[in-house]
Amino acid sequence: MKKIEAIIQPFKLDEVKEALKGIGIDGMTITEVRGHGRQKGHKEVYRGQEYNVDLLPKVKLELVVPGGRLNDVIKTLTAAARTGKIGDGKVFIYDVADAIRIRNDDRGEAAL
Amino acid sequence: MKLRLLSLLGLPAALLAKGTPGPVEAKLAALEAAAKAAQSAGDNGWMLVSSALVLMMTGPGLALFYGGLVRKKNVLGTMMQSFILMALITVLWAVAGYSLTFGEGSVFLGDLRYLFLEGVGGAPNADYAATIPQQTFMIYQLMFAIITPALICGAFAERMKFSAMLLFMALWALIVYFPMAHMVWGKGGLLNAFLGGKLPCFDFAGGTVVHVTSGVSALVCALHLGRRRGFPSDAMKPHSMVLSFIGACLLWVGWFGFNAGSALAASSLATSAFVATHFGAASAAIGWLVIEWLRTGKPSVLGGISGAVAGLVAITPASGFVKPFPALIIGFSAGIVCYLMCAVVKNKFGYDDSLDAFGVHGAGGSLGALLTGVFATNAVNDALKDSAGKPVALGLVDGNPGQVLNQAIGVVIAWVLAAVGTLIILKICDAVLGLRVEAENETEGLDLSQHGEEGYILEA
Repeated sequence: MKKIEAIIQPFKLDEVKEALKGIGIDGMTITEVRGHGRQKGHKEVYRGQEYNVDLLPKVKLELVVPGGRLNDVIKTLTAAARTGKIGDGKVFIYDVADAIRIRNDDRGEAAL
Repeated sequence: MKLRLLSLLGLPAALLAKGTPGPVEAKLAALEAAAKAAQSAGDNGWMLVSSALVLMMTGPGLALFYGGLVRKKNVLGTMMQSFILMALITVLWAVAGYSLTFGEGSVFLGDLRYLFLEGVGGAPNADYAATIPQQTFMIYQLMFAIITPALICGAFAERMKFSAMLLFMALWALIVYFPMAHMVWGKGGLLNAFLGGKLPCFDFAGGTVVHVTSGVSALVCALHLGRRRGFPSDAMKPHSMVLSFIGACLLWVGWFGFNAGSALAASSLATSAFVATHFGAASAAIGWLVIEWLRTGKPSVLGGISGAVAGLVAITPASGFVKPFPALIIGFSAGIVCYLMCAVVKNKFGYDDSLDAFGVHGAGGSLGALLTGVFATNAVNDALKDSAGKPVALGLVDGNPGQVLNQAIGVVIAWVLAAVGTLIILKICDAVLGLRVEAENETEGLDLSQHGEEGYILEA
């Protein structure tokens, strides 16, 4: 099992969700986060006072998939989230030791 | 004329045609009384509406404008500062403030003839406004006494103790506002151009009395209290431009009561002041946006609304003296000058006039008072007559360049009184209560530390 953690542009969330649904991925967790990578922030000016806003709003999407589906999911996700411009975000992949469905104690991939 | 007036009043024409038996004089007297009552009703109606409009400038107008400009942990504390002045100054005004301002005392301060508003009732006070009850005049002027100290709150935003602010404001009204308003508007006041002042100064609706005094006092407060913790390195962005936008637009509308109401009658002079006020605000918004757009590359919403307020400030002393086109000029120059004060001069000197009370009100008020000396004309306001009954030349455009100097003297007096008075009051408040909240309270915010509440509880 792999956990995919993708940080994407907020306005791409719906497209990504639809694309993942299209390949049968139903579960995911979304968080509104702020951050930046190489993308520098923007400048705001209030009555001549300049503020550099370098932490920009992003959406963090977390999902756990069976190992065999990983490449498939990554391909779909990145294609849907991509604009080709700086600031599109990143994807991180982790190994997952186990998973448990709280309702009935299903374990492992059966719990996904 | 009289026939038309009668029908206007809704009196049956038959009354005049047939008439009741009796001497002609009695009928004329009755007509005169009816005409006076009609004028009084019209003027009083407008002045009561104006009074309400000016109160609306403080709450919610200024409370929203300032409340949106602070960080969200200080929104309630900031709004409360405006609101509590609606209560505090009202009580002071009823006890002695009105008397000290409009009683005929010395050239500097009124006497105590109207203590506890004794004798201030339905009868007009012809020295000030001959067609409305003195009580209307009293309540109208109170609204000015409320908003003036409220403007200062912009300078010490986000760091002053509520208790110290209350004491400061009560003393400030007594030591700065009542004397200054008496000098400019009170009978026998030093600067009163219309009621026997020795240094005639034109200030139609409060350029010196309201904006210079509050703006200069604001600067002294900002310097004396010191900067907010973290200024200027931390981001202290306005937490809600939306609130500020609504507040500024309410100020614009309320300002019609402020300036056009200062005609103290529903007269053509009120219309003229209304027009000048609107034109000043409009051209100042454009002036600020133009220079900002050129300098920073973007015309900001805060720039637009700040410009409008700056224009309203600058046109205030001039509103009952100038024609529409000079109003556009006064407004446009205020937009440029106030922008430079807030965006350039403040940064250069590094003082933390947090919401630009000095940059907008001090600078805009001084500029407007001086330009009033340039553009005031008896074509708009012919109330001042010479011994032959002819209207006298008012400003530079009328051929009276000396008025610019008179205006400058008025501005200097307002600066000195405000600066010295405010400094003394701050020292007193600092000794008695301490001016600033504790460091941890400042970090926590005024809402929680001063009032035990939060402005936004979105999860509730």
